Amino acid sequence: MVRVSSWGGLDNFEHHVSYLSNRDDVTQQLANRKFNGLAHGMGKSYGDVCLNPNGQLWSTTGLNRFISFDEHTGILKCESGVLIRDIQQLFVPRGWIVPVTPGTQLITIGGAIANDVHGKNHHVLGSFGDHVQKIKLLRTDRRIIECGPELEPEWFSATVGGFGLTGVIVEVELRLRPVPSAWVDVENIPYDNLEDFFKLADESEKDWEYTVSWIDCLSKHGRGIFMRGNASKTSEQIVQSKKKVTIPFLPPISLVNKLTLRPFNTAYFHKQKYQAGKQHVHYEPFFYPLDKLLKWNRIYGSKGFYQYQSVIPRNVGADAVQEMLNQISRSGEGSFLAVLKTFGNRESIGMMSFPQPGVTLALDFPNKGKKTTKLLESLDAIVREAKGRVYLAKDARMPRDLFESGYPNLQKFLQYRDSGISSALSRRLIGN
Amino acid sequence: MLDNTKKRIVIIGATSAIAEHCTRLWSTDKTVELVLVGRNAEKIKQLAMDLKVRSPQSTINEITANFTQASDINALVENIASNGKLDLVLIAHGSLPDQQECQRNLNTCTDEMVINGVSPVLIAEAFAGYMEKNNSGTLVVIGSVAGDRGRKSNYVYGAAKGLVTRYVQGLQHRLANTNVNVVLIKPGPTETPMTAHLKQQGAKLASVESVAEEIVNGIEKGKAVIYTPSKWMVIMMVIRHLPRFIFNKMDI
Repeated sequence: MVRVSSWGGLDNFEHHVSYLSNRDDVTQQLANRKFNGLAHGMGKSYGDVCLNPNGQLWSTTGLNRFISFDEHTGILKCESGVLIRDIQQLFVPRGWIVPVTPGTQLITIGGAIANDVHGKNHHVLGSFGDHVQKIKLLRTDRRIIECGPELEPEWFSATVGGFGLTGVIVEVELRLRPVPSAWVDVENIPYDNLEDFFKLADESEKDWEYTVSWIDCLSKHGRGIFMRGNASKTSEQIVQSKKKVTIPFLPPISLVNKLTLRPFNTAYFHKQKYQAGKQHVHYEPFFYPLDKLLKWNRIYGSKGFYQYQSVIPRNVGADAVQEMLNQISRSGEGSFLAVLKTFGNRESIGMMSFPQPGVTLALDFPNKGKKTTKLLESLDAIVREAKGRVYLAKDARMPRDLFESGYPNLQKFLQYRDSGISSALSRRLIGN
Repeated sequence: MLDNTKKRIVIIGATSAIAEHCTRLWSTDKTVELVLVGRNAEKIKQLAMDLKVRSPQSTINEITANFTQASDINALVENIASNGKLDLVLIAHGSLPDQQECQRNLNTCTDEMVINGVSPVLIAEAFAGYMEKNNSGTLVVIGSVAGDRGRKSNYVYGAAKGLVTRYVQGLQHRLANTNVNVVLIKPGPTETPMTAHLKQQGAKLASVESVAEEIVNGIEKGKAVIYTPSKWMVIMMVIRHLPRFIFNKMDI
């Protein structure tokens, strides 16, 4: 038994772990399970989607081989435990990039598909699943299913964003995208309220591929820094520092708290405001600012933290976000890491994918027990009322009714579930 | 046709996790000639496909072979040596036996002694002859911290790796006045398929990426013995020097 926790660090549980390392042996390893199992990559999802307490975990990080690359079409075939980082490091210098990437590159391709992750360019390129050409899925009954947008499209749609419940993804064909350099032309613009944020977001959609914003979750009107960028045609010869810092220990209390948060947010806002304008930034600090700070989740202390990410339809988005900020501001909770972004006007390919047209707000909350869950329940009420949904990759506690109303394809999805697979999240939200 | 411009790297036991990650570091975005030798043709094939993506300009040769018989080893090494130069040879194969099973079953014990001790030594000896004649190349053998002092939990493996340690010491002495470098690697417990059961028991294991990086850097720097992670140099120094009356009380 091995104790495993997810990125939020709320708890850790005993698991029977088996390590997948050869793609030809996986079918047999799944069949040999003594308990229901779950594929587990880097464990970077925040809540319980990657956990299966007292059950089996199939660790996929040993499945980290490339299989082939076509330099004319950009199609990369690889095993599912390959990290986004591995692809970026090898292919960006060759002029190809992973088209959609979340805020960390330390995740497996299998995990990126299972959570159908999104990035700063959703309005242009959709989510991760939009760039997957083929998936080889192994079921615990030894069936092999190959699926893609045209091949077995229903299986594909269930597996993209299917949080690992349809089988174990073993091989993937991914379409990489040509990129002129490893650099991004970035513009940072401070905004003082939500109205300005939406104005900036709308006017930037057409000409900017990447848009995102940091928001000061304690400010009444929602001030923040809007960041927009495009792939740059010019490279710089500056060598990127490879230095990484690890948070060395787990403090007994969260370092993000009432004493530190307000001054920190204010200082950050004014520093960014002072430095606003155009910059030329390497893709790594632009996409993955936190990857240089290893184990940054430790700043929240030994009790861990919740992340809350919701998407709200655009027609009620401004009011709902304002209301959420009011609740958070009143509680004095929340954290430095708060992100506000608009999604593009497109539906996701996955039945259970998170992205949908609207505005998405993501926030961290240090775990202070009841006090925190109460606040999160008040946010639930706003999301429910606005007909929004909460992101499963971040969730550790949403109530079942909110899950069911947020994910209307659930019943259809369940037809594709593998009965030999179970997770803490599936037991909490589906019942088995 | 011999190609004398590319660095030629021979990996014995190429599908072992440590060897695989070293090979990635040696070949990614470089143009080299790789000779991958392993026991399982399908695994070698998968490895070669992966390396072809990482290093499209490189030449990759796949060889399936058995490593236990002296005659097979002679033929294998002769074949490799006659097809090009030997810039870097890594001998990395091995298995981690069940100590209890080795105590019960002398056949298992023999097999484990051969695959972890006799076999790497014979292969190294065969390559050393060619390399001495050409007066060039680096010969790297993977031993283990387990070879530094016998412990009840795995002394059969430890004895085989101890054989490798003493052998490499002698070979380094023999080739000291030549241009051939001989390097001994002593990994501590590393997270690989070979040690999956240790992890299941809660052992703390080093990541195979970091171990491979230390090996590649250590060879580059011309070290003769590389403990990896490096803390094991200190740990094993203490363990080697513990008085027997203390050592015998330890459950390790």
